[in-house]
Amino acid sequence: MHKLWMATYKEFLLLKRDFGGLIILFLMPLVLVITVTIIQESTVQHLFTSKIPVLLIDNDSNELSHSIISNLKQNNSFEVVSEIDGRSISEKEANDLVLKGKYKLAIVIPEGLTENLNAKVSQNVAKILNEFDINEDPVLVEKDISIQQIKLYFDPTLQISFRNAIKNGIDNMVSKIETQSIYQVFEEELEIENNAFENSEFISFLEINPQKNNIEIKPNSVQHNVPAWTLFAIFFIIVPLSINIVKEKSQGTFVRLKTNPISYTTILGGKVVIYLLVCLIQFTLMLLVGLYLFPYLGLPDFEINGSYLLLFLVAIFSGLSAISIGILIGTIAETQEQSAPFGATLVVILAAIGGVWVPVFAMPKIMQLFAKISPMNWGLNCFYDVIIRNESFIDIVPEISLLALFFIILLSLAIYYDKVKNTV
Amino acid sequence: MNEVLIDIKQLAKRYKDSDFFAVQPLDLSISKKEIFGLLGPNGAGKTTLISMLCGLLKPTSGIFEIDQLNFKNNKKQIQYLIGVVPQEYALYPTLTAFENLMYFGSMYGIKKKDLKIEIDRSLKELGLSKFSNKKIKTFSGGMKRRVNLIAGILHQPKVLFLDEPTVGVDVQSKNVIIQHLKQLNDSGTTIVYTSHHMIEAQDLCTDVAIIDNGKIIAHNTPQELIRSFDNTTNLENVYLSLTGGELRDYA
Repeated sequence: MHKLWMATYKEFLLLKRDFGGLIILFLMPLVLVITVTIIQESTVQHLFTSKIPVLLIDNDSNELSHSIISNLKQNNSFEVVSEIDGRSISEKEANDLVLKGKYKLAIVIPEGLTENLNAKVSQNVAKILNEFDINEDPVLVEKDISIQQIKLYFDPTLQISFRNAIKNGIDNMVSKIETQSIYQVFEEELEIENNAFENSEFISFLEINPQKNNIEIKPNSVQHNVPAWTLFAIFFIIVPLSINIVKEKSQGTFVRLKTNPISYTTILGGKVVIYLLVCLIQFTLMLLVGLYLFPYLGLPDFEINGSYLLLFLVAIFSGLSAISIGILIGTIAETQEQSAPFGATLVVILAAIGGVWVPVFAMPKIMQLFAKISPMNWGLNCFYDVIIRNESFIDIVPEISLLALFFIILLSLAIYYDKVKNTV
Repeated sequence: MNEVLIDIKQLAKRYKDSDFFAVQPLDLSISKKEIFGLLGPNGAGKTTLISMLCGLLKPTSGIFEIDQLNFKNNKKQIQYLIGVVPQEYALYPTLTAFENLMYFGSMYGIKKKDLKIEIDRSLKELGLSKFSNKKIKTFSGGMKRRVNLIAGILHQPKVLFLDEPTVGVDVQSKNVIIQHLKQLNDSGTTIVYTSHHMIEAQDLCTDVAIIDNGKIIAHNTPQELIRSFDNTTNLENVYLSLTGGELRDYA
């Protein structure tokens, strides 16, 4: 026990003396969680509050195109630009401007859109009325009207998801206009009063947040971001810890320790205690930032629906699994050049498959399988269970057990590797 | 006849992916209270042999016993019996000399109070008392070597292994280290050390073995070795006669 205490105290002194390293260990995760949360929150806000300038080329200049323009102008997401320097824009110019990224989107309304749509709608309505023998002037000859295309030019750098969202928005708007036209023709043909058909949407959406113990579970971006990036930062302990072990080998202290009556398990024990403490301090600082600093930065409140004790329990087991990875890498690696880049890249990969950036359900099937064996995913789910779902200890036991098992297996592997390599 | 402390039988080492034996099967006995010098050019096999005896390297074949104990069955007991002073400064640069010594000393289960007394005494004897609370990274090479030595002897080992303990230090530091080794030997510690310094070995050792290409090519007291060569008055000439004058660069 005394040896473990001395090994722990030595690790404490080594960390304490490395002031620059300490600053990086505690400050950088805070910078990370603040930066990422602000960026993600402001991106969402930006999408709702700012307007995207859209180039519009109206080759129709008729009722329908005017309706589209009017709808676009009323929509909070777009700012319609139909002239540059007082002159209208050609399709070629629009193509070039969007290609260069000066505009994110250009809409080209085809010539005769109103005329063709009206003709098509009238033809369809007349056909229906004929079926019911209501039409006094039956249409005998069906005119061939080609499908009308509204062209959309997108900045090639625009993300697919963003592009799809815009496309869906415009599609929705055009559908509404099309429906209105059908209603209008029916009204005209049946000679009934204007607006006899109710045009308003019949089906709407009502978002209901699930409740637990009569408390509404309403997640916000901060509740998603803080645990995800906190976990990401906790796992970065892999890098300094693996470097610490490799350094012991390169500076010769490990050679001396191997001749001393101390087991590798005890040496590692000291490291586990100190680096777990570092993880918990990191976690506490990030929790405090979420709770007390974020509201001052105009970010949503970081509400923790579950128990703080459970939250720390999750942090402990997540920290232990991160530490076990650092120990295994440090034990196997022979140089810092091997351990540092490998450790850093591994953390990013673990974060990616763990669902820090993209939700696991949105990943390809194969990646979802990897996510199931990722300690970062277990930790993240556990955090969400406590922070958002207000789950109890029993509910998080399976994930906590997996994290504990992961720690034991990797630590045992490191000890076994050292034993095989150094047994005399 | 002196009592044998280290008994080596057919001990050999061939590194992985190497066609040659770094240490060819050798027999050697080192008696209690000896200062045994293992001399040889670079790459001769000195460090490999001493590393096997310290338990740092697994022998390819052969056996050895220290105080009638072998590493396979009595690793812990042997670790308490031996002290090791590696060639590199095996110290934490950002810890003070005292903190380093407290850490390494505590690994032998020495009581905190006794350990402090032992550290203070050793630091004083090696002229480092006033630097006790200075960080190792601020120390000169000679000072580091002396702390390195203290770290290996705090538990008062029965046998002390030193791998080139005076390499790269000034004459003053070297003198202090050598005098301290003599004192330790006088108090009953058996010393096994490797060196390139023939004059130092001639002065210090009670017994020397010259090793080359992994083989012991001469083994006797320094005086006997010198006597066995004509027109020679020092160990360096004996050494050169046995190992040749050509360079021993290796990679």
